[in-house]
Amino acid sequence: MTDQSGPDDFIRIRNVSKHFGDFVAVDGVDLDIGKSELFSILGGSGCGKSTLLRMMAGFETPTSGTIEIDGVDVTDQPPYERPVNMMFQSYAIFPHMDVEKNIGYGLRKEGIPGEEIAKRVDDVIRLVQLGDFRRRKPDQLSGGQQQRVALARALIKRPKVLLLDEPLAALDKKLREHTQFELMNIQDELGITFVVVTHDQEEAMTLSTRIAVMDRGRFLQVGTPKEIYEYPQSRFVADFIGTINTFEGTVTRVSDDTMSVDCPDLGGSVRALHDDNIGVNVGQQVCIAVRPEKMFISVERPEDDEGVQVRGTVDDLGYLGNLSLYRIRLESGRRIQVSRQNQRRSARRFVEWEDEVWISWRPRSAIVIRGES
Amino acid sequence: MATARRTDRTWRQVTIAIPYLWLFVFFLLPFAIILKISLADPIIAQPPFTPTFDAQGALSVTLDNFLFLLTDKLYALTYVKSVLLAMAATVSCLILGFPMAYGIARASPSTRSLLLLLIVLPFWISFLLRVYAWMGLLNNYGAINNALMWLDLIDQPIQFMYTDFAIFIGLTYSYLPFMVLPLYATLERMDLDLVEAAQDLGASRTRAFWDVTWPLARAGVIAGCLLVFIPAMGEYVIPYLLGGSESLLIGRVLFDEFFVNRDWPLASSVAIVLLLLLVVPIVLLQRNQARNEEQPT
Repeated sequence: MTDQSGPDDFIRIRNVSKHFGDFVAVDGVDLDIGKSELFSILGGSGCGKSTLLRMMAGFETPTSGTIEIDGVDVTDQPPYERPVNMMFQSYAIFPHMDVEKNIGYGLRKEGIPGEEIAKRVDDVIRLVQLGDFRRRKPDQLSGGQQQRVALARALIKRPKVLLLDEPLAALDKKLREHTQFELMNIQDELGITFVVVTHDQEEAMTLSTRIAVMDRGRFLQVGTPKEIYEYPQSRFVADFIGTINTFEGTVTRVSDDTMSVDCPDLGGSVRALHDDNIGVNVGQQVCIAVRPEKMFISVERPEDDEGVQVRGTVDDLGYLGNLSLYRIRLESGRRIQVSRQNQRRSARRFVEWEDEVWISWRPRSAIVIRGES
Repeated sequence: MATARRTDRTWRQVTIAIPYLWLFVFFLLPFAIILKISLADPIIAQPPFTPTFDAQGALSVTLDNFLFLLTDKLYALTYVKSVLLAMAATVSCLILGFPMAYGIARASPSTRSLLLLLIVLPFWISFLLRVYAWMGLLNNYGAINNALMWLDLIDQPIQFMYTDFAIFIGLTYSYLPFMVLPLYATLERMDLDLVEAAQDLGASRTRAFWDVTWPLARAGVIAGCLLVFIPAMGEYVIPYLLGGSESLLIGRVLFDEFFVNRDWPLASSVAIVLLLLLVVPIVLLQRNQARNEEQPT
């Protein structure tokens, strides 16, 4: 154990588990989070992400393992002694105090003199743009305003780490997008390390410098949004982030940089790139995964014969404005989803229901995931 | 459609009218009668008070009964003692009831319903019977004294029965559920995140309790205190059974004036004063609360 924490291990989580009776909520998790990172823990409900966050805040004690923040072991510290503040999903704004009192609460508990509290409250109120509402009671605020109060209250103590539990879940779509960028700006301005827990993959993608995808108490993959999206290491991660079409298959041939995979759903052998480190052997079960936007849809057979080409019928199509979604029934009967940018302005549809089309993609667009045995 | 709406409105008026009618017949009307009797003179007749209008049809009222209550020190002392005892019982119910309510509200849902059942269970047994049971416990040779003597803590039985202490115990025991239930209702609704938020912002457990839990439980505390204080003030059975003959409480005085002395007008004025004693603070409290709630923004 070192006293000085490097830039990449400002928060060090080592082999942390949490059991509730027989139920294992968090199962031997290791994680390093760097200083000033905006780190997201992403997962479905019950995956253990909130429990992990609550252990960082000090509301739960790990069954085993340690948590260090800035070189200090905080595993057994009570919440009120940790250099960590939390923004609750419910916001947890004190209903009997006005906005100003709520925001200043943490400083009052520190015994900071009144004038300084007033000054610092002023500063954060300006930061979150709540100037006109300082005397309001929480029940007189909109959801967005309450969210700002919760954020300001958690920020005012200048914590080393700010924990955010589903920070945007209660906001409507427009406000959520706006607030996302605001959160990023505030994080950037203050340089505080943010750890966000969310079930919303879009939120995690736009906000974070890095994402940890969690399922059943374990991390499946930790990486930048790009890595997680473009190079998922498991079926679960591929499915969880965005939409993806997956085809089970068997490896029939492996060469230096490519391989052939026999996929019954695609009606034969397809070529895929031999990605980095995933060492595959002939006869192995793998899964070819292709994102809808990486697929091309055309009426004529595409000329590029390097790529994978399959025939299908348009089952359903949806116009979303910026893009169109197609559900295609392949000859094998398998249904897949393809999306296409609507680059031309046209009121006419490019294909119709029940049209015969060609679906193609470049081998390098396909992700090869080793099959779960 | 229009007729449907009209029947709707009629029904609404009927549903509102029922409780008003109830209050009118069973509260306001009796109150008016009591008020009328309190302004009469006692006579030996049937009914035992002078009519409000005499034979000539002239109004015949007197404030003698109220003046008597104010000048006779005995009555003033009785009121003060009743208030003090009821207050003591209220405070002890609060001290005992708050942790109980808190524990129930934080228990797992299945345990919670069991615990609530246990709180309400005593109501299945007659109130009178339960007070009698306390006589058995507090007696000189009752369970408590026997236990204390057996443990060699005392040589002589302690005189519990027929003391104000016995009344206090009886009041606390009998009215504890009325404190626990409203407290439970407010604590159960309270968002636990609030307490955690306070701790997260640097408040210790105790501090978080006083900063968050206590102020937010205020409505329940007030409701519980009123539900204990008001009936404890006028309680008759408990002082009669557990208290001594000299422990004069207002409920007892009321009973004696009505049924022993047959001085209905004086008894009525005792009741009116009791009512004022109870109503005035409640009205003030409610007004204060209403003002707190609509603070300027």
